[in-house]
Amino acid sequence: MTRISVRVDGVDYTDEVEPRTLLVHYLREQLGKTGTVVGCDTSNCGACTVHLDGRSVKSCNVLAVQADGHEVTTIEGLATGGELHPVPQAFHECHALQCGYCTPGMIMQAVDVLRENPDPSEEEIRLGLEGNLCRCTGYHNIVRAVRQAAGAREGAQA
Amino acid sequence: MIPAAFDYVAPTSLDEALQALGSGDDVKVIAGGQSLLPILRMRLNAPERLVDLGRIEELRGVSEEGDSLVIGAMTTYSDVLDSDLVRQHAALLHKAIREVADPQIRHRGTVGGALVHADPAGDVGAPALALDAELVVAGPGGERTVAAGDFFRDLFETAVGEGELLTRIRIPKHTGWGAHYEKFVRVAHQWSIVAVGATVRVDGRTIAEARVGLTNMGSTPLRATAVEQALVGKPATEEAVREACAAAAEGTNPPSDLNGDADYRRHLATVLTRRAVLTAAGA
Ligand SMILES: Cc1cc2nc3c(=O)[nH]c(=O)nc-3n(C[C@H](O)[C@H](O)[C@H](O)COP(=O)(O)OP(=O)(O)OC[C@H]3O[C@@H](n4cnc5c(N)ncnc54)[C@H](O)[C@@H]3O)c2cc1C
Ligand code: FES
Ligand code: FES
Repeated sequence: MTRISVRVDGVDYTDEVEPRTLLVHYLREQLGKTGTVVGCDTSNCGACTVHLDGRSVKSCNVLAVQADGHEVTTIEGLATGGELHPVPQAFHECHALQCGYCTPGMIMQAVDVLRENPDPSEEEIRLGLEGNLCRCTGYHNIVRAVRQAAGAREGAQA
Repeated sequence: MIPAAFDYVAPTSLDEALQALGSGDDVKVIAGGQSLLPILRMRLNAPERLVDLGRIEELRGVSEEGDSLVIGAMTTYSDVLDSDLVRQHAALLHKAIREVADPQIRHRGTVGGALVHADPAGDVGAPALALDAELVVAGPGGERTVAAGDFFRDLFETAVGEGELLTRIRIPKHTGWGAHYEKFVRVAHQWSIVAVGATVRVDGRTIAEARVGLTNMGSTPLRATAVEQALVGKPATEEAVREACAAAAEGTNPPSDLNGDADYRRHLATVLTRRAVLTAAGA
Protein backbone atom coordinates (compact mmCIF):
# COMPACT_ATOMS: atom_id res chain seq x y z
CA MET A 1 0.00 0.00 0.00
CA THR A 2 1.10 3.54 -0.70
CA ARG A 3 -0.05 6.62 1.17
CA ILE A 4 -1.37 9.44 -0.97
CA SER A 5 -2.65 12.94 -0.21
CA VAL A 6 -5.02 14.37 -2.78
CA ARG A 7 -7.29 17.38 -2.80
CA VAL A 8 -10.59 16.33 -4.39
CA ASP A 9 -13.37 18.82 -5.04
CA GLY A 10 -11.84 21.20 -2.51
CA VAL A 11 -11.41 18.65 0.32
CA ASP A 12 -8.05 17.15 1.40
CA TYR A 13 -7.86 13.38 1.68
CA THR A 14 -5.02 11.14 2.85
CA ASP A 15 -5.49 7.46 2.07
CA GLU A 16 -3.69 4.17 1.64
CA VAL A 17 -4.06 2.76 -1.86
CA GLU A 18 -2.65 -0.15 -3.80
CA PRO A 19 -0.35 1.30 -6.50
CA ARG A 20 -2.41 -0.40 -9.20
CA THR A 21 -5.60 1.44 -8.17
CA LEU A 22 -6.90 3.56 -11.03
CA LEU A 23 -7.82 7.13 -10.14
CA VAL A 24 -11.43 6.51 -11.21
CA HIS A 25 -11.72 3.57 -8.81
CA TYR A 26 -10.19 5.56 -5.97
CA LEU A 27 -12.72 8.34 -6.58
CA ARG A 28 -15.72 6.02 -6.83
CA GLU A 29 -14.91 3.27 -4.36
CA GLN A 30 -12.78 4.93 -1.71
CA LEU A 31 -14.24 8.44 -1.77
CA GLY A 32 -17.77 7.49 -2.85
CA LYS A 33 -17.68 10.02 -5.70
CA THR A 34 -19.80 7.96 -8.06
CA GLY A 35 -20.59 10.94 -10.29
CA THR A 36 -17.55 9.96 -12.34
CA VAL A 37 -18.33 6.82 -14.33
CA VAL A 38 -16.50 4.15 -16.33
CA GLY A 39 -17.74 3.56 -19.86
CA CYS A 40 -15.05 1.49 -21.55
CA ASP A 41 -11.93 -0.63 -21.09
CA THR A 42 -9.78 1.13 -23.67
CA SER A 43 -9.62 4.81 -22.61
CA ASN A 44 -11.60 5.79 -25.67
CA CYS A 45 -14.97 6.93 -24.32
CA GLY A 46 -14.12 9.86 -22.03
CA ALA A 47 -16.97 9.12 -19.56
CA CYS A 48 -14.44 9.13 -16.71
CA THR A 49 -13.02 12.61 -17.49
CA VAL A 50 -11.99 14.68 -14.45
CA HIS A 51 -9.58 17.59 -14.03
CA LEU A 52 -6.11 17.01 -12.63
CA ASP A 53 -4.53 20.33 -11.63
CA GLY A 54 -7.12 22.07 -13.78
CA ARG A 55 -6.61 20.01 -16.94
CA SER A 56 -8.87 17.27 -18.23
CA VAL A 57 -7.68 13.67 -18.03
CA LYS A 58 -9.27 10.26 -18.40
CA SER A 59 -9.30 9.01 -14.82
CA CYS A 60 -9.37 5.37 -15.98
CA ASN A 61 -5.93 6.00 -17.48
CA VAL A 62 -4.23 7.59 -14.45
CA LEU A 63 -3.08 5.77 -11.32
CA ALA A 64 -4.28 7.13 -8.00
CA VAL A 65 -0.63 7.24 -6.87
CA GLN A 66 0.14 9.56 -9.79
CA ALA A 67 -2.35 12.05 -8.34
CA ASP A 68 -0.49 12.15 -5.00
CA GLY A 69 0.09 15.78 -4.05
CA HIS A 70 -2.20 17.05 -6.79
CA GLU A 71 -5.69 18.47 -7.06
CA VAL A 72 -8.65 16.69 -8.68
CA THR A 73 -11.99 18.18 -9.65
CA THR A 74 -14.87 15.85 -10.53
CA ILE A 75 -18.33 16.57 -11.83
CA GLU A 76 -19.41 16.70 -8.16
CA GLY A 77 -17.13 19.65 -7.51
CA LEU A 78 -18.33 21.96 -10.28
CA ALA A 79 -21.32 23.54 -8.54
CA THR A 80 -20.73 26.52 -6.26
CA GLY A 81 -23.12 27.70 -3.54
CA GLY A 82 -25.93 25.39 -4.63
CA GLU A 83 -26.00 26.92 -8.13
CA LEU A 84 -25.50 24.77 -11.22
CA HIS A 85 -22.31 25.59 -13.10
CA PRO A 86 -23.10 27.24 -16.50
CA VAL A 87 -22.11 24.14 -18.49
CA PRO A 88 -24.47 21.65 -16.80
CA GLN A 89 -27.12 24.39 -16.81
CA ALA A 90 -26.75 24.68 -20.61
CA PHE A 91 -26.83 20.86 -21.00
CA HIS A 92 -30.13 20.91 -19.09
CA GLU A 93 -31.61 23.73 -21.17
CA CYS A 94 -30.44 22.39 -24.55
CA HIS A 95 -31.51 18.80 -23.88
CA ALA A 96 -27.90 17.71 -24.39
CA LEU A 97 -28.39 14.24 -22.89
CA GLN A 98 -30.62 11.23 -23.23
CA CYS A 99 -29.43 8.28 -21.14
CA GLY A 100 -26.93 10.59 -19.43
CA TYR A 101 -24.10 8.11 -19.14
CA CYS A 102 -21.61 10.19 -21.13
CA THR A 103 -22.72 13.42 -19.47
CA PRO A 104 -20.32 13.77 -16.51
CA GLY A 105 -17.32 13.27 -18.78
CA MET A 106 -18.82 15.38 -21.56
CA ILE A 107 -19.39 18.26 -19.13
CA MET A 108 -15.91 18.05 -17.61
CA GLN A 109 -14.35 18.06 -21.08
CA ALA A 110 -16.60 20.93 -22.21
CA VAL A 111 -15.39 22.96 -19.21
CA ASP A 112 -11.81 22.24 -20.30
CA VAL A 113 -12.58 23.30 -23.90
CA LEU A 114 -13.98 26.61 -22.62
CA ARG A 115 -11.01 27.13 -20.30
CA GLU A 116 -8.69 27.00 -23.32
CA ASN A 117 -10.99 28.89 -25.66
CA PRO A 118 -13.86 30.90 -24.15
CA ASP A 119 -15.57 31.38 -27.51
CA PRO A 120 -15.09 28.22 -29.58
CA SER A 121 -16.60 27.65 -33.01
CA GLU A 122 -18.74 24.59 -33.65
CA GLU A 123 -15.76 22.84 -35.22
CA GLU A 124 -13.50 23.70 -32.30
CA ILE A 125 -16.08 22.28 -29.90
CA ARG A 126 -16.36 19.06 -31.90
CA LEU A 127 -12.58 18.68 -31.97
CA GLY A 128 -12.36 19.47 -28.27
CA LEU A 129 -14.90 16.73 -27.49
CA GLU A 130 -13.18 14.26 -29.82
CA GLY A 131 -12.26 11.93 -26.97
CA ASN A 132 -15.80 11.74 -25.57
CA LEU A 133 -18.29 9.31 -27.06
CA CYS A 134 -22.06 9.65 -26.84
CA ARG A 135 -24.18 6.78 -28.09
CA CYS A 136 -27.53 8.59 -27.79
CA THR A 137 -27.66 12.23 -28.79
CA GLY A 138 -25.83 12.42 -32.09
CA TYR A 139 -23.79 15.22 -30.44
CA HIS A 140 -25.89 18.00 -31.96
CA ASN A 141 -27.42 19.28 -28.75
CA ILE A 142 -24.18 18.76 -26.85
CA VAL A 143 -22.40 21.13 -29.22
CA ARG A 144 -25.31 23.56 -28.95
CA ALA A 145 -25.08 23.45 -25.15
CA VAL A 146 -21.38 24.21 -25.17
CA ARG A 147 -21.99 27.18 -27.45
CA GLN A 148 -24.76 28.40 -25.22
CA ALA A 149 -22.53 28.05 -22.17
CA ALA A 150 -19.89 30.07 -23.98
CA GLY A 151 -22.45 32.79 -24.42
CA ALA A 152 -22.30 32.25 -28.15
CA ARG A 153 -25.26 33.34 -30.27
CA GLU A 154 -28.08 30.86 -29.98
CA GLY A 155 -29.57 29.21 -33.00
CA ALA A 156 -26.48 29.55 -35.22
CA GLN A 157 -25.81 26.44 -37.30
CA ALA A 158 -24.52 24.50 -34.25
CA MET B 1 -10.01 -3.83 -15.96
CA ILE B 2 -7.38 -3.55 -13.28
CA PRO B 3 -3.63 -4.14 -13.69
CA ALA B 4 -1.85 -6.95 -11.85
CA ALA B 5 -0.22 -5.78 -8.61
CA PHE B 6 3.13 -3.97 -8.81
CA ASP B 7 5.47 -1.97 -6.59
CA TYR B 8 5.67 1.72 -7.30
CA VAL B 9 8.46 4.23 -6.91
CA ALA B 10 8.41 7.89 -7.88
CA PRO B 11 11.98 9.22 -7.87
CA THR B 12 12.61 12.95 -8.08
CA SER B 13 15.94 12.88 -9.93
CA LEU B 14 17.35 11.15 -12.97
CA ASP B 15 20.05 9.42 -10.90
CA GLU B 16 17.49 7.94 -8.53
CA ALA B 17 15.40 6.82 -11.49
CA LEU B 18 18.36 5.02 -13.10
CA GLN B 19 19.11 3.31 -9.79
CA ALA B 20 15.48 2.24 -9.43
CA LEU B 21 15.53 0.89 -12.99
CA GLY B 22 18.53 -1.26 -12.18
CA SER B 23 16.90 -2.60 -9.01
CA GLY B 24 15.40 -5.75 -10.52
CA ASP B 25 14.63 -7.72 -13.64
CA ASP B 26 11.07 -6.84 -14.23
CA VAL B 27 11.04 -3.06 -13.85
CA LYS B 28 9.12 -0.80 -16.20
CA VAL B 29 9.13 2.97 -16.65
CA ILE B 30 5.85 4.87 -16.61
CA ALA B 31 5.73 8.32 -18.21
CA GLY B 32 2.27 9.67 -19.07
CA GLY B 33 0.87 6.15 -18.88
CA GLN B 34 -1.37 6.70 -21.90
CA SER B 35 -0.03 3.66 -23.71
CA LEU B 36 1.34 1.70 -20.76
CA LEU B 37 -1.76 1.76 -18.54
CA PRO B 38 -4.09 0.31 -21.21
CA ILE B 39 -1.48 -2.45 -21.71
CA LEU B 40 -1.31 -3.19 -17.97
CA ARG B 41 -5.09 -3.06 -17.63
CA MET B 42 -5.47 -5.62 -20.40
CA ARG B 43 -2.76 -7.66 -18.63
CA LEU B 44 -0.66 -7.79 -21.78
CA ASN B 45 2.22 -7.00 -19.46
CA ALA B 46 2.60 -7.34 -15.68
CA PRO B 47 5.87 -5.81 -14.44
CA GLU B 48 6.89 -6.23 -10.80
CA ARG B 49 7.77 -2.61 -10.33
CA LEU B 50 6.92 0.70 -11.98
CA VAL B 51 9.31 3.64 -11.91
CA ASP B 52 7.27 6.82 -12.41
CA LEU B 53 9.18 9.62 -14.17
CA GLY B 54 6.39 12.11 -13.46
CA ARG B 55 8.14 13.81 -10.54
CA ILE B 56 11.49 14.46 -12.22
CA GLU B 57 11.47 18.16 -13.09
CA GLU B 58 14.75 18.01 -15.06
CA LEU B 59 13.07 15.82 -17.69
CA ARG B 60 10.37 18.34 -18.50
CA GLY B 61 10.25 21.46 -20.66
CA VAL B 62 11.44 23.03 -23.90
CA SER B 63 14.64 25.06 -24.16
CA GLU B 64 17.18 26.33 -26.69
CA GLU B 65 20.76 25.09 -27.00
CA GLY B 66 22.52 26.99 -29.77
CA ASP B 67 21.05 25.92 -33.09
CA SER B 68 18.89 23.26 -31.48
CA LEU B 69 15.71 22.93 -29.51
CA VAL B 70 15.81 20.58 -26.56
CA ILE B 71 12.60 18.90 -25.45
CA GLY B 72 12.63 16.95 -22.19
CA ALA B 73 11.32 13.40 -22.52
CA MET B 74 8.58 14.09 -19.94
CA THR B 75 7.25 17.15 -21.74
CA THR B 76 3.58 16.49 -22.40
CA TYR B 77 1.95 16.87 -25.78
CA SER B 78 -0.02 19.83 -24.50
CA ASP B 79 3.16 21.51 -23.18
CA VAL B 80 4.61 21.14 -26.69
CA LEU B 81 1.46 22.64 -28.20
CA ASP B 82 1.75 25.59 -25.81
CA SER B 83 5.42 26.17 -26.72
CA ASP B 84 6.19 29.09 -29.05
CA LEU B 85 9.73 27.74 -29.44
CA VAL B 86 8.41 24.52 -30.96
CA ARG B 87 5.97 26.38 -33.17
CA GLN B 88 8.78 28.61 -34.48
CA HIS B 89 11.64 26.15 -34.85
CA ALA B 90 10.02 22.73 -35.26
CA ALA B 91 6.63 23.51 -36.77
CA LEU B 92 6.24 19.97 -38.11
CA LEU B 93 6.31 18.48 -34.62
CA HIS B 94 3.74 21.00 -33.48
CA LYS B 95 1.40 20.20 -36.38
CA ALA B 96 1.73 16.44 -35.88
CA ILE B 97 1.06 16.57 -32.14
CA ARG B 98 -2.14 18.50 -32.76
CA GLU B 99 -3.35 15.33 -34.47
CA VAL B 100 -2.53 12.91 -31.63
CA ALA B 101 -5.46 11.26 -29.84
CA ASP B 102 -7.67 13.74 -27.93
CA PRO B 103 -7.17 16.62 -25.48
CA GLN B 104 -7.34 14.44 -22.36
CA ILE B 105 -4.63 12.11 -23.66
CA ARG B 106 -2.55 15.08 -24.83
CA HIS B 107 -2.65 16.46 -21.29
CA ARG B 108 -0.89 13.30 -19.99
CA GLY B 109 1.01 11.68 -22.85
CA THR B 110 4.66 12.67 -23.29
CA VAL B 111 6.95 13.09 -26.27
CA GLY B 112 9.47 10.68 -24.75
CA GLY B 113 6.83 8.06 -24.01
CA ALA B 114 5.55 8.24 -27.55
CA LEU B 115 9.04 7.82 -29.03
CA VAL B 116 10.05 4.90 -26.80
CA HIS B 117 6.68 3.19 -27.22
CA ALA B 118 7.37 3.32 -30.99
CA ASP B 119 3.95 2.34 -32.26
CA PRO B 120 4.31 2.37 -36.06
CA ALA B 121 0.99 4.26 -36.28
CA GLY B 122 2.12 6.83 -33.68
CA ASP B 123 2.33 10.42 -34.90
CA VAL B 124 5.59 11.59 -33.28
CA GLY B 125 8.16 9.28 -34.88
CA ALA B 126 7.91 10.48 -38.50
CA PRO B 127 8.32 14.17 -37.57
CA ALA B 128 11.28 13.33 -35.30
CA LEU B 129 12.87 11.48 -38.21
CA ALA B 130 12.11 14.18 -40.78
CA LEU B 131 13.52 16.89 -38.48
CA ASP B 132 16.78 14.94 -37.96
CA ALA B 133 16.19 14.75 -34.21
CA GLU B 134 18.81 13.30 -31.89
CA LEU B 135 17.71 11.30 -28.89
CA VAL B 136 19.68 11.40 -25.66
CA VAL B 137 19.63 8.10 -23.79
CA ALA B 138 20.94 7.76 -20.22
CA GLY B 139 22.02 4.50 -18.61
CA PRO B 140 24.16 3.23 -15.75
CA GLY B 141 27.28 3.99 -17.83
CA GLY B 142 26.34 7.59 -18.68
CA GLU B 143 24.73 9.24 -21.67
CA ARG B 144 24.77 8.56 -25.39
CA THR B 145 23.14 10.29 -28.33
CA VAL B 146 21.29 8.34 -31.00
CA ALA B 147 20.20 9.80 -34.36
CA ALA B 148 16.48 9.36 -35.04
CA GLY B 149 17.43 7.28 -38.08
CA ASP B 150 19.11 4.72 -35.79
CA PHE B 151 16.60 4.97 -32.95
CA PHE B 152 13.64 3.04 -34.35
CA ARG B 153 14.55 -0.64 -34.66
CA ASP B 154 11.26 -2.45 -35.27
CA LEU B 155 7.63 -2.57 -34.14
CA PHE B 156 7.62 -1.21 -30.56
CA GLU B 157 11.41 -1.53 -30.43
CA THR B 158 13.96 1.26 -30.12
CA ALA B 159 17.61 1.81 -29.26
CA VAL B 160 16.64 2.33 -25.59
CA GLY B 161 17.86 -0.80 -23.80
CA GLU B 162 17.05 -2.33 -20.41
CA GLY B 163 18.03 -0.09 -17.56
CA GLU B 164 18.12 2.95 -19.86
CA LEU B 165 15.98 6.06 -20.13
CA LEU B 166 15.30 8.52 -22.90
CA THR B 167 16.02 11.88 -21.28
CA ARG B 168 15.60 14.46 -24.04
CA ILE B 169 15.21 15.08 -27.73
CA ARG B 170 17.42 17.52 -29.57
CA ILE B 171 16.03 18.99 -32.78
CA PRO B 172 18.06 21.19 -35.14
CA LYS B 173 16.10 24.41 -35.56
CA HIS B 174 14.10 24.54 -38.77
CA THR B 175 13.28 28.21 -38.41
CA GLY B 176 11.20 29.62 -41.23
CA TRP B 177 10.46 26.21 -42.73
CA GLY B 178 6.85 25.56 -43.72
CA ALA B 179 5.32 22.40 -42.31
CA HIS B 180 2.27 20.21 -42.55
CA TYR B 181 1.18 16.84 -41.14
CA GLU B 182 -1.45 15.13 -43.25
CA LYS B 183 -3.12 12.34 -41.26
CA PHE B 184 -5.57 10.01 -42.95
CA VAL B 185 -8.28 8.46 -40.75
CA ARG B 186 -11.85 7.34 -41.38
CA VAL B 187 -13.43 8.35 -38.09
CA ALA B 188 -12.62 10.97 -35.49
CA HIS B 189 -10.09 10.02 -32.81
CA GLN B 190 -8.35 7.27 -34.76
CA TRP B 191 -4.75 6.18 -35.15
CA SER B 192 -3.18 7.05 -38.50
CA ILE B 193 -4.04 4.64 -41.30
CA VAL B 194 -1.22 6.49 -43.05
CA ALA B 195 0.12 9.95 -42.28
CA VAL B 196 2.80 12.10 -43.87
CA GLY B 197 4.78 14.91 -42.28
CA ALA B 198 6.50 17.36 -44.60
CA THR B 199 8.63 20.38 -43.86
CA VAL B 200 10.14 22.53 -46.61
CA ARG B 201 12.27 25.61 -46.99
CA VAL B 202 11.02 27.71 -49.86
CA ASP B 203 13.33 30.27 -51.45
CA GLY B 204 11.33 32.67 -53.57
CA ARG B 205 9.00 30.25 -55.35
CA THR B 206 11.44 27.36 -55.39
CA ILE B 207 11.74 24.50 -52.93
CA ALA B 208 15.27 24.76 -51.58
CA GLU B 209 15.13 21.88 -49.08
CA ALA B 210 12.52 19.29 -48.13
CA ARG B 211 12.11 16.64 -45.45
CA VAL B 212 9.35 14.03 -45.53
CA GLY B 213 8.48 11.44 -42.88
CA LEU B 214 5.95 8.61 -43.28
CA THR B 215 3.77 7.17 -40.50
CA ASN B 216 2.50 3.57 -40.64
CA MET B 217 4.19 2.67 -43.91
CA GLY B 218 6.35 -0.01 -42.29
CA SER B 219 7.33 -1.36 -38.89
CA THR B 220 9.09 1.94 -38.08
CA PRO B 221 8.64 5.53 -39.19
CA LEU B 222 10.33 6.09 -42.57
CA ARG B 223 11.93 8.92 -44.50
CA ALA B 224 10.83 9.44 -48.12
CA THR B 225 14.35 10.33 -49.27
CA ALA B 226 13.60 9.89 -52.99
CA VAL B 227 10.86 12.53 -52.68
CA GLU B 228 13.09 14.85 -50.64
CA GLN B 229 15.74 14.75 -53.36
CA ALA B 230 13.27 15.10 -56.23
CA LEU B 231 11.74 18.21 -54.64
CA VAL B 232 14.96 20.21 -54.41
CA GLY B 233 15.04 23.02 -56.94
CA LYS B 234 11.46 22.42 -58.09
CA PRO B 235 8.89 25.22 -58.20
CA ALA B 236 6.25 24.95 -55.46
CA THR B 237 3.51 24.18 -57.96
CA GLU B 238 0.92 21.41 -58.00
CA GLU B 239 2.35 19.82 -61.12
CA ALA B 240 6.00 19.76 -60.08
CA VAL B 241 5.18 18.55 -56.58
CA ARG B 242 2.87 15.83 -57.87
CA GLU B 243 5.64 14.47 -60.04
CA ALA B 244 8.21 14.51 -57.22
CA CYS B 245 5.80 12.82 -54.80
CA ALA B 246 5.06 9.88 -57.09
CA ALA B 247 8.01 8.11 -55.47
CA ALA B 248 6.65 8.47 -51.90
CA ALA B 249 6.02 4.74 -51.38
CA GLU B 250 9.44 3.68 -52.69
CA GLY B 251 11.18 1.37 -50.24
CA THR B 252 8.22 1.14 -47.86
CA ASN B 253 6.66 -2.02 -46.50
CA PRO B 254 3.19 -1.04 -45.28
CA PRO B 255 0.92 -3.41 -43.35
CA SER B 256 -2.36 -4.82 -44.62
CA ASP B 257 -5.20 -4.74 -42.12
CA LEU B 258 -8.90 -3.95 -41.78
CA ASN B 259 -8.25 -0.30 -42.59
CA GLY B 260 -6.62 -1.01 -45.92
CA ASP B 261 -4.20 -3.30 -47.70
CA ALA B 262 -0.60 -2.50 -48.52
CA ASP B 263 -1.34 -1.32 -52.08
CA TYR B 264 -3.98 1.06 -50.83
CA ARG B 265 -1.53 2.44 -48.28
CA ARG B 266 1.09 2.94 -51.01
CA HIS B 267 -1.45 4.91 -52.99
CA LEU B 268 -2.36 6.94 -49.90
CA ALA B 269 1.30 7.73 -49.26
CA THR B 270 1.70 9.41 -52.65
CA VAL B 271 -1.51 11.42 -52.32
CA LEU B 272 -0.87 12.48 -48.71
CA THR B 273 2.75 13.37 -49.48
CA ARG B 274 1.65 15.68 -52.28
CA ARG B 275 -0.92 17.35 -50.01
CA ALA B 276 1.52 17.68 -47.14
CA VAL B 277 4.29 19.16 -49.29
CA LEU B 278 1.97 21.60 -51.08
CA THR B 279 0.49 22.83 -47.81
CA ALA B 280 3.93 23.04 -46.19
CA ALA B 281 5.17 25.08 -49.16
CA GLY B 282 2.19 27.40 -48.83
CA ALA B 283 1.21 26.61 -52.41
C1 LIG C 1 -7.49 6.25 -26.78
C2 LIG C 1 -6.08 6.53 -27.22
C3 LIG C 1 -5.85 7.07 -28.48
C4 LIG C 1 -4.55 7.36 -28.89
N1 LIG C 1 -4.38 7.91 -30.13
C5 LIG C 1 -3.12 8.20 -30.57
C6 LIG C 1 -2.90 8.78 -31.85
O1 LIG C 1 -3.82 9.09 -32.59
N2 LIG C 1 -1.62 9.04 -32.23
C7 LIG C 1 -0.54 8.74 -31.41
O2 LIG C 1 0.60 9.01 -31.78
N3 LIG C 1 -0.73 8.20 -30.19
C8 LIG C 1 -1.98 7.92 -29.74
N4 LIG C 1 -2.16 7.35 -28.49
C9 LIG C 1 -0.97 6.98 -27.67
C10 LIG C 1 -0.41 8.16 -26.91
O3 LIG C 1 0.22 9.01 -27.83
C11 LIG C 1 0.56 7.77 -25.77
O4 LIG C 1 0.52 8.77 -24.83
C12 LIG C 1 2.01 7.69 -26.11
O5 LIG C 1 2.16 6.75 -27.13
C13 LIG C 1 2.84 7.24 -24.90
O6 LIG C 1 3.31 8.32 -24.13
P1 LIG C 1 3.21 8.23 -22.52
O7 LIG C 1 3.98 9.37 -21.98
O8 LIG C 1 1.80 8.15 -22.14
O9 LIG C 1 4.03 6.90 -22.24
P2 LIG C 1 3.71 5.62 -21.31
O10 LIG C 1 2.42 5.03 -21.68
O11 LIG C 1 3.92 5.97 -19.89
O12 LIG C 1 4.92 4.69 -21.77
C14 LIG C 1 4.96 4.07 -23.04
C15 LIG C 1 6.17 3.15 -23.13
O13 LIG C 1 7.39 3.88 -23.17
C16 LIG C 1 8.23 3.59 -22.06
N5 LIG C 1 8.79 4.90 -21.66
C17 LIG C 1 8.08 6.05 -21.49
N6 LIG C 1 8.91 7.09 -21.26
C18 LIG C 1 10.17 6.59 -21.28
C19 LIG C 1 11.47 7.18 -21.12
N7 LIG C 1 11.62 8.51 -20.93
N8 LIG C 1 12.56 6.38 -21.19
C20 LIG C 1 12.42 5.05 -21.43
N9 LIG C 1 11.21 4.44 -21.58
C21 LIG C 1 10.11 5.19 -21.52
C22 LIG C 1 7.34 2.93 -21.03
O14 LIG C 1 8.06 2.02 -20.24
C23 LIG C 1 6.32 2.21 -21.92
O15 LIG C 1 6.85 1.01 -22.39
C24 LIG C 1 -3.44 7.08 -28.03
C25 LIG C 1 -3.67 6.53 -26.76
C26 LIG C 1 -4.97 6.26 -26.35
C27 LIG C 1 -5.20 5.67 -25.00
S1 FES D 1 -13.84 4.89 -18.96
FE1 FES D 1 -12.16 6.21 -19.17
S2 FES D 1 -12.17 6.61 -21.25
FE2 FES D 1 -13.76 5.16 -21.11
S1 FES E 1 -26.64 10.58 -23.53
FE1 FES E 1 -26.45 8.43 -23.65
S2 FES E 1 -24.35 8.18 -24.11
FE2 FES E 1 -24.60 10.31 -24.26
